[in-house]
This record gives sequence, C-alpha cells and structure tokens, in this order.
Amino acid sequence: MLLAGSLLGSIFYRRRSAHRKERVELYAGDGTMASLAEGTADAERMLALARDVLALPG
Amino acid sequence: MDAVQALADLTEISSQVEQVAIVDQDGSLLATTARDPVRAERFVSGITRLLDEADRLAKSRSLSELTQLEVSTLGGSVFVVRRGGRIVAATTRADPTVGLVFYDLKHCLGSIGEVPGAEAPSKPAADGKKQGDTGARRDAPVRSARRKADSSA
Repeated sequence: MLLAGSLLGSIFYRRRSAHRKERVELYAGDGTMASLAEGTADAERMLALARDVLALPG
Repeated sequence: MDAVQALADLTEISSQVEQVAIVDQDGSLLATTARDPVRAERFVSGITRLLDEADRLAKSRSLSELTQLEVSTLGGSVFVVRRGGRIVAATTRADPTVGLVFYDLKHCLGSIGEVPGAEAPSKPAADGKKQGDTGARRDAPVRSARRKADSSA
C-alpha cells in the first residue's frame, strides 16, 4: 500500500513538473494581454533578463 | 499609507513573494526587501531592464500602455505592476499562484497614497481580450482578509 502510494506520488510529481513551462505575459491597461510563445527570440530575451533578476541575492 | 508600511503588509500577507521593490515615478526607490542599498540598486536595475524590454515588445505588438507583466522561469517568476509610473516588482518561487500575486501587488501599490492616473485595484487584466498565442488565464480571487497560511496551497 505504502509502495503504491509512493509510486503514484512520484508519477503525479513528475507529470506536474513536466507541465511546468516558462512563459512571458504582458498585460496592457485596456485589458489586452500578449503571451510570448516559448522558444521565440523575444521570449528568450525576457526570460534571460528575468533569470538575471532571480539570480540576485536578496 | 507609506511605501514601507505597504511593503511590510505585502510581505506579511503573501508568502509567495521573495524580493520586492517599490519604485516611484521619478525612479527613486520607495521601499525594498533588499538588505543593503547595493543589492537594492542591482535589483531595481534588473527590473528596469526587464521593463524596458517589455515596453518595447508591447509597443511592437500594438499593445496599449503596459501595466503588468509576468515572466515565469523554471527557477522562479518575476512580476511587475505599474500604475501612473509607480511600480512594484517582486520575485517569487517557481510555479506561484499568479492571480494572487498580481492581486497582492496591485493592492500594495494602491495602498500607497495617490498616484496620478491610477485606478482602484481590480481583477487582473488577464480577464480581458487576449492577443497572444498560448495559455489559459486565471481569474484573481476576491479576498478580503488573507493571511500567509492561506496562500501556501
């Protein structure tokens, strides 16, 4: 029972991790939103800048 | 309420935010979680670069004035909310509850005195029309009094 639970938990965790994606979303004042497609140059540039910020010590 | 108090309230309410900075219209730092001025300056500088690039991208996509952005990496996320030139920027752990973070940041910004051109805190712009190409959106939950323990789910 314990083994089955652990196995199911592991599968759930891996699936959840696999679904986690990097994304960039821009919101405008009029309610519109643009989501930059993963892998595009624009998205990668934004992600790189965000990683720089995240890497800074607090 | 002053910015320091608003920041204290934000960090008390939201367990998801890690580093936070509130920057005024003229670029001056109003409040931050950074431990010293050098770290604070680096953080604001990084956020400014991110926001400048986001503004450029928004303009190239014919979006009207950029008011908020979210950049989610596998290692964490960066959020920025801007109103009337004043901004609040925050980092979070990976996979945050996006609607809640935006709600908390907007509430924080809205609680700091008057900002010209600012509107009252409302649901995220995610409810509006979408011009992008991926992903479903989340609505901001309505909360009157949330505490740290509630946001850890």
